[in-house]
Amino acid sequence: MSDTTSQSPRDLPAVDISGWTCPTPLRETPRVVMGHGGGGALSAELVQQIFVPAFGGELLAQLGDSAVFSLGGLRLAFSTDSYVVRPLFFPGGSIGDLAVNGTVNDLAMSGARAAYLSCGFILEEGVEMPVVAGVADALGAAARAAGVEVATGDTKVVEAGHGDGVYLNTAGIGLIPPGVDLRPQRVVPGDVVIVSGDLGVHGVAIMSVREGLEFGVEIESDCAALGGLVQTMLAVTPDLHVLRDPTRGGLAAALNEIATASATGVVINERAIPVPPVVANACAILGLDPMYVANEGKLVAFVPREHADAVLDAMRAHPLGAGAAVIGEAVAAHPGMVVARTPLGGTRVVDLPLGEQLPRIC
Amino acid sequence: MKYIDEFQNPELARRLFDEIRATVTRPWALMEVCGGQTHTIIRHGIDQLLPDEVELIHGPGCPVCVTPLEVIDKALEIAARPDVIFCSFGDMLRVPGSDRDLFQVRGEGGDVRVVYSPLDALKIAQQNPHREVVFFGIGFETTAPPNAMTVHQARRLGIPNFSLLVSHVRVPPAIEAIMTSPSCRVQAFLAAGHVCSVMGMGEYPELAERFKVPIVVTGFEPLDILEGIRRTVRQLERGEHTVDNAYPRAVRPEGNPAAQAMLADVFEVTDRAWRGIGTIPASGWRLSERYRDYDAEHRFAVGGITTREPAACRSGEVLQGLIKPNECPSFGTTCTPRTPLGATMVSSEGACAAYYLYRRLGVTPTPLEASPVV
Repeated sequence: MSDTTSQSPRDLPAVDISGWTCPTPLRETPRVVMGHGGGGALSAELVQQIFVPAFGGELLAQLGDSAVFSLGGLRLAFSTDSYVVRPLFFPGGSIGDLAVNGTVNDLAMSGARAAYLSCGFILEEGVEMPVVAGVADALGAAARAAGVEVATGDTKVVEAGHGDGVYLNTAGIGLIPPGVDLRPQRVVPGDVVIVSGDLGVHGVAIMSVREGLEFGVEIESDCAALGGLVQTMLAVTPDLHVLRDPTRGGLAAALNEIATASATGVVINERAIPVPPVVANACAILGLDPMYVANEGKLVAFVPREHADAVLDAMRAHPLGAGAAVIGEAVAAHPGMVVARTPLGGTRVVDLPLGEQLPRIC
Repeated sequence: MKYIDEFQNPELARRLFDEIRATVTRPWALMEVCGGQTHTIIRHGIDQLLPDEVELIHGPGCPVCVTPLEVIDKALEIAARPDVIFCSFGDMLRVPGSDRDLFQVRGEGGDVRVVYSPLDALKIAQQNPHREVVFFGIGFETTAPPNAMTVHQARRLGIPNFSLLVSHVRVPPAIEAIMTSPSCRVQAFLAAGHVCSVMGMGEYPELAERFKVPIVVTGFEPLDILEGIRRTVRQLERGEHTVDNAYPRAVRPEGNPAAQAMLADVFEVTDRAWRGIGTIPASGWRLSERYRDYDAEHRFAVGGITTREPAACRSGEVLQGLIKPNECPSFGTTCTPRTPLGATMVSSEGACAAYYLYRRLGVTPTPLEASPVV
């Protein structure tokens, strides 16, 4: 780079932009980067290229949020998730709430009512005991609220500096009622896409405390167990096609996963997506897209058109679905791709996030 | 935000589209300088809905894209040092250097932190007196004043372990470079509103007069951009070439004098290399002599960097408007945001990245009054 103080720009030769050249491609990452845990394309590649071949199981290869299988004449859903959130306590919840609700919701997306959880604590040497007790209390309260029992557990301690105080892992198991078959492969063109309420709330709540950002309003996580809402929806019709809780990667990741697995296209109407003002503001300030922001108490459903109105009414009558809205539909066009109709009437692709969303410079 | 909603109102947008349609009689090529505007245009499908006669050429105004490879490599070298805490805005972490990015440096043990303000980096320096804290100061006239203020504060407070890796760039020389290029097709500019909110409009009349181009200061919401286009097309149709302010709620003609004074104190104008473009005379800022102690390049002696830049992709042609991103053979195949061949695919504000993210299939736009779903 030439960095000599210029005399006068006029004395220098004109820049010929026809000769502009380009940088070199970024090589595949030889080490794990944060994006591998971001729920986007990098996460998917890690699972598909390393874990699926290594484990080799048929159930795993289906890559659902839960594994669904029959055992002793019962249809069961089985799921596990790890929780590494900072800070441990945030407005509207804590890592303990997340550890219950996240796994309960993964099971609920298979139509299962969670029955039992396991809980693994990985504690960092030096973390204050009241913090551990606070997390445990929150976890217990969340389990009772969700109607699930913590039946087994484990504790490990790592050296100071090798953890963020408390990491949790929960696994859960639950029964799937007869007649319920929730899979992306069941989606057909014409299905109506419904979300259960405001999007992006959890992600913005976490960001506001983690990064010390003030958005003018106190924003609380929407962290909640969705088992009851799902049962309410299934009571209207067991013939829901697929449910997803749009956590990491947000609505965009959930819709892309469904579009890819079902080989249908998805069209959403951007104006119909419920985004509360505080989330819209925070995203506008940070240069983020609400569709990619994490949720912890919301679901997205693909419902046969003939049942859509009844399901929507039932959702709106439930406290966790009061803000439910129809946001789009499955289509035969552009299979595997999600397209948004913009407020002005244009169209755009809604892609799978690559890794983590990054706040923009300006 | 109600305030944002008002600037995305479909009814008002329709009126502006109608007015642009009624005004235009022949083809015009407008360049939106700022990557943020490119992002809005593609994200909202504005370019799809404009009359065919109005072509938008996407300019080089993405600060992430144009930061030179050499500077990125310097950042990577500094960030990898065990005695350094390297602070940056988030979107610089994924920009590829010659062989890796800041995410990978962090994966290899480097202490790389995302901050939301350079003052946060200064705070980190105060909290870690035994480590060197470096902030990656890149961007246009928008991000330069807070970075200047931070260096000023570091000196005022006597914080010795803070420094700035600087690669600031200026818009007017880039406009000049574009207009003097032999293959230039640009007939008017939408100037970047946030740059003008700092610098004012004083640098533009001379450019408008010299190159006979309308320059309309434009904001970033969809209606802002449509209003900028409407005013630009009106000038072009009338054969005018004046500087107009279509973003008065944020831009005063004189800009922000306090910010300008801070820039003049801390920085001095220098020639600057732009990634994918080359050196543009007087197009950047570096720390002035009085603040040279806070220059990370000097402090860490990262002068002997050799970069590897293949001449593989066609972003130069994209930036001139000679081809659209999706007309490049590498687009979406060997060149994606994951494996960017060119500067324009690196950042979410780059034209190629915006096309890749939002425009990978030919969906027909719906009229504004049509309800697309249910």
